[in-house]
Amino acid sequence: MSRPEHLAPPEIFYNDDEARKYTQNSRMINIQLEMAERCMELLMLPEDEPCLLLDLGCGSGLSGSVAEDSGHIWFGMDISDSMLKVAKEREVEGDLLLGDIGDGVPFQPGTFDGAYSVSTLQWLCNADKSSHKPAKRLYTLFSTLLACLGRNARAVFQFYPENVHQTDLVVSQARKAGFFGGLLVDFPDSTKAKKYFLVLMTGGAMPMPPALGTENTQINYTSKREKMTKGRATKLVKKSREWILEKKERRRRQGRTTREDTKYTGRSRSGRF
Amino acid sequence: MKLFTHNMLSSKVVNGVKVGYPLRIVAKDIKISESEFDKEFVKRIISKINWKVFVNAAKQIGYGKDLSEELINNYENNEEYLKKVHHLLMEVEVMNGELICPETHRVFPISDGVPNLLNED
Repeated sequence: MSRPEHLAPPEIFYNDDEARKYTQNSRMINIQLEMAERCMELLMLPEDEPCLLLDLGCGSGLSGSVAEDSGHIWFGMDISDSMLKVAKEREVEGDLLLGDIGDGVPFQPGTFDGAYSVSTLQWLCNADKSSHKPAKRLYTLFSTLLACLGRNARAVFQFYPENVHQTDLVVSQARKAGFFGGLLVDFPDSTKAKKYFLVLMTGGAMPMPPALGTENTQINYTSKREKMTKGRATKLVKKSREWILEKKERRRRQGRTTREDTKYTGRSRSGRF
Repeated sequence: MKLFTHNMLSSKVVNGVKVGYPLRIVAKDIKISESEFDKEFVKRIISKINWKVFVNAAKQIGYGKDLSEELINNYENNEEYLKKVHHLLMEVEVMNGELICPETHRVFPISDGVPNLLNED
């Protein structure tokens, strides 16, 4: 599958045609909304309190509408003029800003209660101009973002890393900028449903939220031998009554003539014989 | 662009700018939109914003002439006052105009309500 970030820089790739897809293509809309909802969940915002959120790479403001539904106020930043135009047409609540997040986030310190981003970060892993250095741009983003977040605020980025090097690059730059947290992978066993979230925290290391689809980490398999000794810790002692009973049972299953089980089965002789 | 946004925006992203705050506004076209009034939320934003910058910005675009340089005491219980601040912060929107960096005097255009802070190479 071709990756859009290999085709053109984001401000050119997301032209009027591409932007229109985000209002018409229901599949794309649904994926965006689903990801935004999961981001909201991972942000762990206080309930019943309107928060100020920052949407990095807001595009047409689909993810912003999820924030609106939860009663939050949001600001959107995007590099594509066409996408922002669509957002304006949709009359989203949030205020919008045309800018490159790789140059940093231009807000005053301690402004936001949280930040999220849906399917944006992978664009920063590519160098579209000779002056672009991905590691440096990621570091600038994370360090300026850390500054404009309030205390105990979180930032959640859903993104599509191309390979392990990209995830390493992103996580290491976030740590270098002073964030805690790390990568969360939902449905790690599924190629299609697998989703990467970078969950960043300020003000101390907190336990990572659990990923979806990881409840059953052990692979279920059955083998004849396993099944027979199921629920038993060790092998039976040879010549014991239990061992004999099981052996007789096995013979019966095989259809061989076997004496019935009585109270004398497996009993040792008295010695008078 | 709402005045609330302006209150938090700086031009720090541009090369060589150290503070870049507050940006000066030149408004050519202003739209009044409607936004729901939430008392608790307005109180929270008032405690967050830089009041002086807000008053100056409002005056630059020809609003808020009756606002004092200092935040009045006991504003929490003055609903009328809160409503007025809410109107200026969330409902007055600069649709077309310019933002000017206080250090480099670079001009950032605002078109269709969206300020353009892209770096030009």
